[in-house]
Amino acid sequence: MTKLPKCEDKKLGLLIDLDTCVGCHGCVVSCKEWNSSGGEKQLSDINSHQKDPVGTFLNRVHSYERENSCTNEAETFYFPRSCLHCEDAPCVTVCPTGASYKREEDGIVLVNEDDCMGCGLCAWACPYGARELDLVSGVMKKCTLCVDRIYSEELPPEDRVPVCVKSCPTGARAFGDFNDPNSDVSKKVKERGGVDLMPEMQTKPVNKYLLPRIKSKNSVSSVGSVVEEETDATGLLGWVDRALSKF
Amino acid sequence: MDKEIYATESLVKVSKTTCYMCACRCGIDVHIKDNEVVHIEGNRDHPVNKGVLCAKGASGIFQHKAASRLKKPLRRVGERGEGKFEEISWDEALKIAVEWLSPIRKKSPEKLVFYTGRDQSQSFTGWWAQKFGTPNYAAHGGFCSVNMAAAGIYTMGGSFWEFGSPDWDKTELMLLFGVAEDHDSNPIKRGLGKLKNRGAKVIAINPVRTGYNSVADQWLGIRPGTDGLLVLSIVHTLLKKKKIDLDYLQSFTNSPFLVSVTSTNDRKGLFLKDKEGCPLVIDHFSGELKRFSDKGVRPSLTKSYSNEDGSYKTVFSLLTEKYLDNAYSPKLVAPQCGLKEEQILRLADDIALTAFNKSIYIDQSWVDFRGEKRSGFTGRPVSFHAMRGISAHSNGFQTCRAIHLLQILIGSVDVPGGFRYKPPYPKPFDAHPRPHFKFSPDSELDGPHLGYISGPEDLAYTEDGKPARIDKGFTWENPMSSHGLMHTVISNCHSGDPYKIDTLFLYMANMAWNSSMNTEETIKKLTERDPDSGAYRIPRIIYSDSYYSETVAYADLILPDTTYLERYDCISLLDRPIGEPDQVSDAIRWPVVKPDRDVRSFQDVLLQLGVMLELPGMVDSDKRPLFEDYADYMQRHQRRPGIGPLAGFRGETNTDCGRGDISLNQIDNYIKNGGFWSEKIPDEAQYYKPWNRAYQKWAVEMGFYDKEEPFVFQIYLEPLAKLQNYHQLPDNLKPQKHLFERIDEKMDPLPIWWSNHDPKKVKQYPIHAITQRPAAMYHSWGSQNVWLRQIHGSNKLFVSKGIWKEKNFKDGDWARLTSENSSIVVPVALMKSQNEDTVWTWNAIGKRKGSWALDENVEEANEGFIINHLISDLLPKNDSGYRYSNSDPITGQAAWYDLLVNIEKVDNPSKVSLPQFPVLSSPVNVGVDKKK
Repeated sequence: MTKLPKCEDKKLGLLIDLDTCVGCHGCVVSCKEWNSSGGEKQLSDINSHQKDPVGTFLNRVHSYERENSCTNEAETFYFPRSCLHCEDAPCVTVCPTGASYKREEDGIVLVNEDDCMGCGLCAWACPYGARELDLVSGVMKKCTLCVDRIYSEELPPEDRVPVCVKSCPTGARAFGDFNDPNSDVSKKVKERGGVDLMPEMQTKPVNKYLLPRIKSKNSVSSVGSVVEEETDATGLLGWVDRALSKF
Repeated sequence: MDKEIYATESLVKVSKTTCYMCACRCGIDVHIKDNEVVHIEGNRDHPVNKGVLCAKGASGIFQHKAASRLKKPLRRVGERGEGKFEEISWDEALKIAVEWLSPIRKKSPEKLVFYTGRDQSQSFTGWWAQKFGTPNYAAHGGFCSVNMAAAGIYTMGGSFWEFGSPDWDKTELMLLFGVAEDHDSNPIKRGLGKLKNRGAKVIAINPVRTGYNSVADQWLGIRPGTDGLLVLSIVHTLLKKKKIDLDYLQSFTNSPFLVSVTSTNDRKGLFLKDKEGCPLVIDHFSGELKRFSDKGVRPSLTKSYSNEDGSYKTVFSLLTEKYLDNAYSPKLVAPQCGLKEEQILRLADDIALTAFNKSIYIDQSWVDFRGEKRSGFTGRPVSFHAMRGISAHSNGFQTCRAIHLLQILIGSVDVPGGFRYKPPYPKPFDAHPRPHFKFSPDSELDGPHLGYISGPEDLAYTEDGKPARIDKGFTWENPMSSHGLMHTVISNCHSGDPYKIDTLFLYMANMAWNSSMNTEETIKKLTERDPDSGAYRIPRIIYSDSYYSETVAYADLILPDTTYLERYDCISLLDRPIGEPDQVSDAIRWPVVKPDRDVRSFQDVLLQLGVMLELPGMVDSDKRPLFEDYADYMQRHQRRPGIGPLAGFRGETNTDCGRGDISLNQIDNYIKNGGFWSEKIPDEAQYYKPWNRAYQKWAVEMGFYDKEEPFVFQIYLEPLAKLQNYHQLPDNLKPQKHLFERIDEKMDPLPIWWSNHDPKKVKQYPIHAITQRPAAMYHSWGSQNVWLRQIHGSNKLFVSKGIWKEKNFKDGDWARLTSENSSIVVPVALMKSQNEDTVWTWNAIGKRKGSWALDENVEEANEGFIINHLISDLLPKNDSGYRYSNSDPITGQAAWYDLLVNIEKVDNPSKVSLPQFPVLSSPVNVGVDKKK
């Protein structure tokens, strides 16, 4: 069993705004691309041109439909899912080889692929389904918060964010330190009431979600209603003449 | 910039170019290691995407490396449609093409039919076709969104998307009509993000609640094809409540123009004008007749006028009479749209209160077209965006005009917080070319093919009264078909109507599959032989594409194109521009990697063919090439003196913008600048551009036009009135009799709405069937893409709650969907957040077996389906026995979404979608997994 460190300095993670996500999958593919872009990094694709194509993704977006009890309307929403870098990460404590670990300096949960034997216990322990066993390399893959971007000295400073955050066209994803009350992500969590995913699992996820705002009811205007006597054609033309005389 | 930025094992180089995974044309940073593309990211400096990238853009790496890429020129050896080819050399391929094309040009250039699909170099391909001399050229606009473009240009000199966008930073209320997750892609997503961040309100009007519609604050699940009626009901309500912008209407629109209303007047429906042709108005204060544009005139919106020819009413009076009619009352309109009366009233309230109670004022003096000084820019922070859900109906042109009417009535076009033009727009219809179609042997065409007609005098007929174009564009059947009608081409080539052709030359358009209506029938037309001669009815087909699409199998000669990372391209102001409301921009593509196959960029090939055919403009008097290749053309071609395909970095010192001398370092400068060029609009010229002298002056300096072109908004569209005056024409110029009723009814100069469906048909086929492209695939060739096919690998027919229940569907069921045209068998799924009388599916996921380097057992080719088979390209016979094309009667836009169907559950389904077609042979191998 691997022990979890106490991360007192930084808690890096993602803030995902479900009120803004349009489900375009930009983050999904950007993530796949950055994390399989040559070198050591590979995320496999099996049956790429055959039936049942299946590949490893570190981030997926799911579409859901629900019937909203406030408006009695059916709604669609999109739910991006990746590792939440939990403070009490069961995927780390369950790892028999120590391959899964949480970094003390910033709280990022990583897998040391050399030590991973692909037993899959961590994926089983993760309540969010955020880990995927790569069927070609036989090791566990997961979101690294783009650790090779955020500390890169070669990338321009503004690009030192997870690639899903940079690419998100609607700006529904933000990256930052949740331990710092003055960080943009912390402020937004406070302002919009950011929530933990499945808090009952007691994993204390670092990533937070902003929930879809309640959609306004269809029959009432959000800005009020026009209080104006209704007119017919003659009345309207008369009004126009009078109004134009004022200019 | 092309620079080395980060080190891993070996150096990674980042080259900045332009994406081609859809039509947004975002800036991309292509990361290259050992001459191999390893990663693509958004370019932060680029005006279109500012660093973001969508799923298509990020999967471009697999478009570039696709297994389905063609590798060498091909000559058909089997029957058409079998997919059997032999590889040939480029020399041989070009020789064959010239052997076919050269005699055509010498004798009858119209027998070459050249259509270019998703081409992003239309100003070049159109120029080539013009030099060849054929009148038969267009790209895919006629089956995509010409209704938007034509209605926008005619009404207000610009439409949505490339022509303008909501003022994302200032708008308080945005209405989205018929917009799926596409058109356009990243700019709308970025904009919606901004609105969400500011707490501005978004209202989505769409039969289906996905994507952008799902995050909207309010959603109206409208019945397909009824948006125009809804909009006119809002107009009715705003007029009734006197919530319109009178200053705007009086100053900037043709509302005060005087229309002849005396039926005996041979100018009935036309404007009262002086001898110089300037429209006249009555001055509100003096009561005198004045030119609209005279200094100090305050035109009356209401006063009528009479002279010896009859009486005249203002456009405003006519529109008041029309739209205050009770037929447009929310109470009567709501049930037709599948909405509630309160919803329409509420929409009108939201629009009125946001426009007038939250108005914006920017303190910035400017001078209007009359030379009168104004102290600031008043803004109405309501913006609109509309797309294919509006345009792909046969009432789409008038519906889109209705949306523009609403925007104009509340004074929200090109004002702070409203809709804003992107330069080089606005540009009024009469500043665009007229259509040109006069062809003769061994000569170039008399001008550019596509344009905007002013009246019947501009229609495209030959001297013997036949349609001049194979697609019958610009005829009485679809007089304002400004983008041509690509969807009629195969059918008309097959039937030799209006004349027989020789060679059909297509580029980048999947016409034997998802880009045609009535696909099964289209395939027959491509392969049918004349029983007497035994020859194919369409004698020759040349096709250029980068990939083994379904259409390749139907061509006789294949010219394989490069991928977008291997070529030069210009995203030109002469073409479909990019840009943002506060700046003008253009961009390039350049070969960031070299092709590893024997392929050539299509534009280079066209120039090579042009030289071999000795086309004017491509060879000098000694028949020597004038341009080395397309890149050379991009730098040295001049459309008008000082105006070339690229507007940036012109002149000797590469510092001129817009107008300037040729520079041979221009492309290098684009590359150094990150692949694009931008220039900011002066502050004084940012808004009210059609009437703002500072903007007009700047636009002339930049070369958008050669003289200032101030104009008024065409609430009343006089060219339509001229068409409706057909009775005045000599008999040989009149439309055929069977068209009279349709012209009288549909070509109303004020926006109108009609139902696209015969009530009898609705009884038999009561359900609307529509499609949309997923955000991850829109406008891309994408479903063979290794990553994207894992996201959208098969499609189902989404069925509304009521229909699901009525037909007793269960998960895993299959259904037979039947239209007037055909029937298909498909898998179904329940979706509650959609219009009750509608079914829909993702378009173009379904693939034909054998195509796209996919194994024939893939989901796309077995469960996946397209609904194109159900959509007839011709409507059923009318009373006089004539079959119109399934198009908008004004623009010829393909009416994809007019489709009505009925649905029945299939017992014991075989779990394969129907119809199925024989497996295509393939010149490329089925793709294999990347090795570790």
